Amino acid sequence: MSATTTPVKKHNGPRESLFSRAGAMLVMAICTFYFLVPIWWLFVAATKDRADFTTSAPLWFADFNLIENIGNLAAYRDGVFFRWMLNSVLYAGAGAAIATLFATMMGYALAKYSFRGRETLFNVVLGGVLVPATALALPLFLVFSQVGATNTFWSVFLPSIVSPFGVYLARIYATSSVPDELVEAARIDGSGEVRTFFTVATRLMTPAMVTIFLFQFVTIWNNFFLPLIMLRDEKLFPVTLGLYIWNSQVSQIPEIRAYVIIGALLSIIPLIIAFLSLQRFWRSGLGTGAIK
Amino acid sequence: MTTDIATPATPKKAVTKKVRRATKATKNRGAVLFFIAPFSVLFLLFYILPILVAIYQSLLTVEREGTFGKPTEVFGGFVQYARVFQDDAFWASILRVLTFGVVQVPIMLGLALLLALLLDSPLVRGKRFFRLAFFAPYAVPGVIAAVMWGFLYSPKLSPFTAITSEINFLGADLVLWAIANVVTWVFVGYNMIIIYSALLAIPSEIYEAARLDGASQARIAWSIKIPLITPAITLTAIFSIIGTLQLLAEPQVFKSFTSAVTSTFTPNLLIYSTASVPNVNLAAAFSVVLALFTFALSFTVLKFTQRKAD
Repeated sequence: MSATTTPVKKHNGPRESLFSRAGAMLVMAICTFYFLVPIWWLFVAATKDRADFTTSAPLWFADFNLIENIGNLAAYRDGVFFRWMLNSVLYAGAGAAIATLFATMMGYALAKYSFRGRETLFNVVLGGVLVPATALALPLFLVFSQVGATNTFWSVFLPSIVSPFGVYLARIYATSSVPDELVEAARIDGSGEVRTFFTVATRLMTPAMVTIFLFQFVTIWNNFFLPLIMLRDEKLFPVTLGLYIWNSQVSQIPEIRAYVIIGALLSIIPLIIAFLSLQRFWRSGLGTGAIK
Repeated sequence: MTTDIATPATPKKAVTKKVRRATKATKNRGAVLFFIAPFSVLFLLFYILPILVAIYQSLLTVEREGTFGKPTEVFGGFVQYARVFQDDAFWASILRVLTFGVVQVPIMLGLALLLALLLDSPLVRGKRFFRLAFFAPYAVPGVIAAVMWGFLYSPKLSPFTAITSEINFLGADLVLWAIANVVTWVFVGYNMIIIYSALLAIPSEIYEAARLDGASQARIAWSIKIPLITPAITLTAIFSIIGTLQLLAEPQVFKSFTSAVTSTFTPNLLIYSTASVPNVNLAAAFSVVLALFTFALSFTVLKFTQRKAD
């Protein structure tokens, strides 16, 4: 694999010894192997038919059957897998979009307006950052069962549009990147507060918004406990829950193993695409969160 | 908020600013409400309310009239909590995840820090590629990662059968560390990116002088960079501790690979199996205790690192 070289900026100073360069590259090579081999294995395994999977070398291709395997997966039980993928895209895509909008609005208000109870509000939200999603799964189940709404789309969707971490990030970012003068200028020009937010502030806060969106997207996509505890109806499953159920049936239904593997590969592709295409944004956004 | 308008020492400018701010706040009340209402309502409904309901449920207990009578929930005070504290399986699971965390979190963060420092040093070429390669596993959901590694640990199907046919990674002795490896694999890159972003934010003039004095990269990393990025490391440590105590997806998947992972392996597995009995009141009490425990631990880490930094 050809490594893309980035221009080395910090080149003034003594040159590093060959020994430490070699040592550093060795560490990088070993880690690359560790991090990429499982994904490589998954990709190779997904291209094999059932016989080759058990007999051929696990890390290299036999007959290339990727397309057939995807076809079989699509045919298996009326393509329920693709329904799960669609569900995940809906839960994660729409959920993260709404979560980003609300968190950005909240963070912007906390950064740019002074109102009574502002700090208390922010501290409560910060406390929310320390409450992990898994810890809330059972309590959420109790709430939804009170109103008889478990096993519905909303029981998984609604809780995932709240992102306290997003508010935290948005507040920090708004404080440092939306100048008061600009908001004031818009005000003098006769722009309403809400309009100023949507036309001026959101443009300046784009890196933070992309970061919030991506991390909320991953959080929802990876969420497992909440759907596990909420959903009984297979048609509502996100892809993680569906594959988990299939994986636990492998010992009874051996042919399902091939579907688990091809499904696992397909389920990670959307996230990899999202991260690769948006990395310019999320790295700068994450930096802001980490410094403070 | 107290206004110091009466204090003569206050500069005039500050006073006018404060007054203007106060009026601005009142004027924009509608806008502020518009901005904060959606998040606040949802936060209330899906964060605060569930916690309150869980606490409430944990204080109830089920009573039956006779053996087969209709069960009714009655207020039971701390009955469930007494059960929690006598539940050996619960404390064994807490101890298990703590053991896990004491070993796994330092290894994971140590590796993340090392890789971030190497990426930030002039020693390495091809940074873009390595950054993406190390981060890629973060795109793999915990469930999927566990499924993949389940195959990689398998004595027959693994690409590394030379090792896996000799060592049983899925046996009772090693399965905890097999899971630790899965978690490490997924999260090193994520933590590395957080630390790396903090490193990028350090202006390079800060260590220019050290470089001109001939300090090695290792020395610069140890004496200048690491102290400056302590907040980022603390952040990753807290999120990792929380993650450890909440461990669920990976062991849940491993249950279908090995009988060494029981339904009380981690606190959340225990909560899930208790809730599906169903004994929601006890499960709620477990949840509350686990949440408090998690909160106390991350708070302690925060305070400890803050004191060390002073």
